[in-house]
Amino acid sequence: MLQVSVYRFNPESDAAPQMQEYQVETGGKDLMVLDVLEMIKAEHDASVTYRRSCREGVCGSDGLNINGKNGLACITPLSDAVKKNKLVIRPLPGLPVVRDLVVDMSLFYAQYEKIEPYLQNNSPAPAIERLQTPEDRAKLDGLYECILCACCSTSCPSFWWNPDRFVGPAGLLQAYRFLADSRDQATDERLAKLDDPFSVFRCHGIQNCVNVCPKGLNPTRAIGHIRTMLLNRAA
Amino acid sequence: MRTISFDGVIVGGGGAGMRAALQLAQSGYKTAVISKVFPTRSHTVSAQGGITCAIASSDPQDDWRWHMYDTVKGSDYIGDQDAIEYMCSVGPEAIFELEHMGLPFSRTEEGRIYQRPFGGQSKNFGEGGQAARTCAAADRTGHALLHTLYQNNVKNETVFFNEWFATDLVKNQDGAVVGVIAICIETGETVYVKSKATVFATGGAGRIYASTTNAHINTGDGVGMALRAGVPVQDMEMWQFHPTGIYGAGTLVTEGCRGEGGYLINADGERFMERYAPNAKDLAGRDVVARSMILEILEGRGCGPDGDHVKLKLDHLGEEVLESRLPGICELSRTFAHVDPVKEPIPVVPTCHYMMGGIPTNIHGQALTVDAAGDDQVIPGLYACGEVACVSVHGANRLGGNSLLDLVVFGRASGLFIEDALRQGIEMRDASVTDIESANERLVSLNERNDGENVSALRKELQGVMQNYFGVFRKGEFMQEGIKKLDDLKQRIDNVKLEDKSNAFNTARVECLELQNLFETAEATAIVAEARKESRGAHAREDFTERNDDEWLCHSIYHREGRAVSKRSVNFTPKTVDTFQPKVRTY
Repeated sequence: MLQVSVYRFNPESDAAPQMQEYQVETGGKDLMVLDVLEMIKAEHDASVTYRRSCREGVCGSDGLNINGKNGLACITPLSDAVKKNKLVIRPLPGLPVVRDLVVDMSLFYAQYEKIEPYLQNNSPAPAIERLQTPEDRAKLDGLYECILCACCSTSCPSFWWNPDRFVGPAGLLQAYRFLADSRDQATDERLAKLDDPFSVFRCHGIQNCVNVCPKGLNPTRAIGHIRTMLLNRAA
Repeated sequence: MRTISFDGVIVGGGGAGMRAALQLAQSGYKTAVISKVFPTRSHTVSAQGGITCAIASSDPQDDWRWHMYDTVKGSDYIGDQDAIEYMCSVGPEAIFELEHMGLPFSRTEEGRIYQRPFGGQSKNFGEGGQAARTCAAADRTGHALLHTLYQNNVKNETVFFNEWFATDLVKNQDGAVVGVIAICIETGETVYVKSKATVFATGGAGRIYASTTNAHINTGDGVGMALRAGVPVQDMEMWQFHPTGIYGAGTLVTEGCRGEGGYLINADGERFMERYAPNAKDLAGRDVVARSMILEILEGRGCGPDGDHVKLKLDHLGEEVLESRLPGICELSRTFAHVDPVKEPIPVVPTCHYMMGGIPTNIHGQALTVDAAGDDQVIPGLYACGEVACVSVHGANRLGGNSLLDLVVFGRASGLFIEDALRQGIEMRDASVTDIESANERLVSLNERNDGENVSALRKELQGVMQNYFGVFRKGEFMQEGIKKLDDLKQRIDNVKLEDKSNAFNTARVECLELQNLFETAEATAIVAEARKESRGAHAREDFTERNDDEWLCHSIYHREGRAVSKRSVNFTPKTVDTFQPKVRTY
């Protein structure tokens, strides 16, 4: 029997959050953490609340804090997470809890929207696609794959301290995705909007973001590129 | 109950919904998207291999008419030729728009959009060999497309009601659709969302089967709402089983793997598709490949200790091709099959993937019903696009890469049409208090009931019935048995118990409401599958093994009332090309 400890909080009935214990029969199978949550909801307690959708690590719904590390429940196998037969599941840290494992992601999304996450190109569009060399397209690899799960930003101490002013690793990864796109013409405007002490420069290179990203992306490196662009711009 | 009013409301924030929303947001009318998940969590995100369209990048001679021919043939001739003509001819414009919006397509050496071969594709009306017509962003095309559409909706300041769940349609005294009842999941508040145009872009319902590539959220919400409101559904017997779901996990492995040169092998290591489809081999239609795999397994040539799957061989493509063209597949295979495709083949099995049927619509997305005389009638106020709609461009079998094209082209078409209709002025009678109350009855009764069975157990039972009795191969007597089991489930699911009555972010409530939508979808599927006494496309019957054009070269229509099944003509009159006449379908 796997010992599972789940963070519970219902704003309607609970004055404070608490951890609730469940014994789950996994049949010795190396299930994913999401499978365990589904079993708890189906067989133990229908009120346990979490988000989930694709169950294959591409939609970004089920970012959770699993035995102390942020990750996606659907692609985290028990063999990676469980220590001493114990699984502790908490919501992503640093964001307000709506209920149980569901956090309010408004601040996270607001930072994403702040970097104007869309291609900006005011020249008249050709009758076919805009051409881009495979080399220029390759510059977007490692950037466009972000699934907005918030595992990175909610593992970042700088984001915990300044979630309203520091864009955070997820937002900055996307900022660089557009700065790096040969089709985008708003480089100057984008950099001008990031050029303050908080938006980018609150990153202290702790690299928690790199450590937790379930897609293997490297926000710290992208932030480094933005810093260089900002410094070159000032020079 | 509070009322909020819009000119247009789109239910569903996947590719179709967001493409329609983008069109309307640019129009200046007051529109909103209601989505039960944050839009980028929608199932479009899972689409891998690409979006098929004759943009003439890989082959400068490529022609949308060849794509049309392939699609008509793929549909086993019950795709509507006016709709297929529209999709294939408008497609390039819709793709170039996406690229201009920033979609990070993979590229050719010339800098154009990269296209790969997919199943059922040909040049020159089947005479010129395999085509490469599927536009790709590596093997993450759905992700790239969905995020690009979301980003452009952010740019255009679309109003999103994220994590709101639509429960039922509201109809006025004239039978016109005038909005939906919706729950704000975070607070539990129920609201009447009033609208002059209600667009269903609610996606599929693969979760009616135990084994599916589909996300947890694909629960047929649009089909359920439509049927309960007296709107019929079309071709619901046509479910696509994707040849390559990962054995055990059900997660999808793109057809693009076979497009890039991968192939299926049985326990003897034999490339068995050479026997079933000597020309197209592993790139035959999905229905053909899925059936061939099942036959290999049934004839004892399956892999593994139970001989219950086959394998997809990719290692001969080399690590460089796999990591650049199919990086997502490498990741999924390692996570869910514990197999590194660079070294070993991936265990795969046909898995429920796509609902070809849905709400019948015309090419403008207007929902249709069929009157007593058998004539199409537009349902005022209701539109549908994407997987929940049946235009029908897929007929009895969808070609790979055509779903993304379908949702972009018809999401766009719905938006364009509604924009025009709003400009001309839409006058509808307001819903009365009784109209709103009657739409809200299902939710009220769920909230008030204190007994009943557990939602998860009922869902599992339903999925088991569909898996066992309505799978890849079907037989009349088994299906009748399956229908009896569904009859037994009907009342139990109507009376499902809501074990958690709280308001804040109550996902137990959503799951109960979704289960009832799954049931409506499953029942419609079962009834028409039993009724269509022939084999066509994805609908393969052991007791009627041949296609029967004399009786069944038509759509099936299912009405919930009395579980009535009728026939509807297929469109054979495209506007600019000659009709493609039904032929024997071989690959």
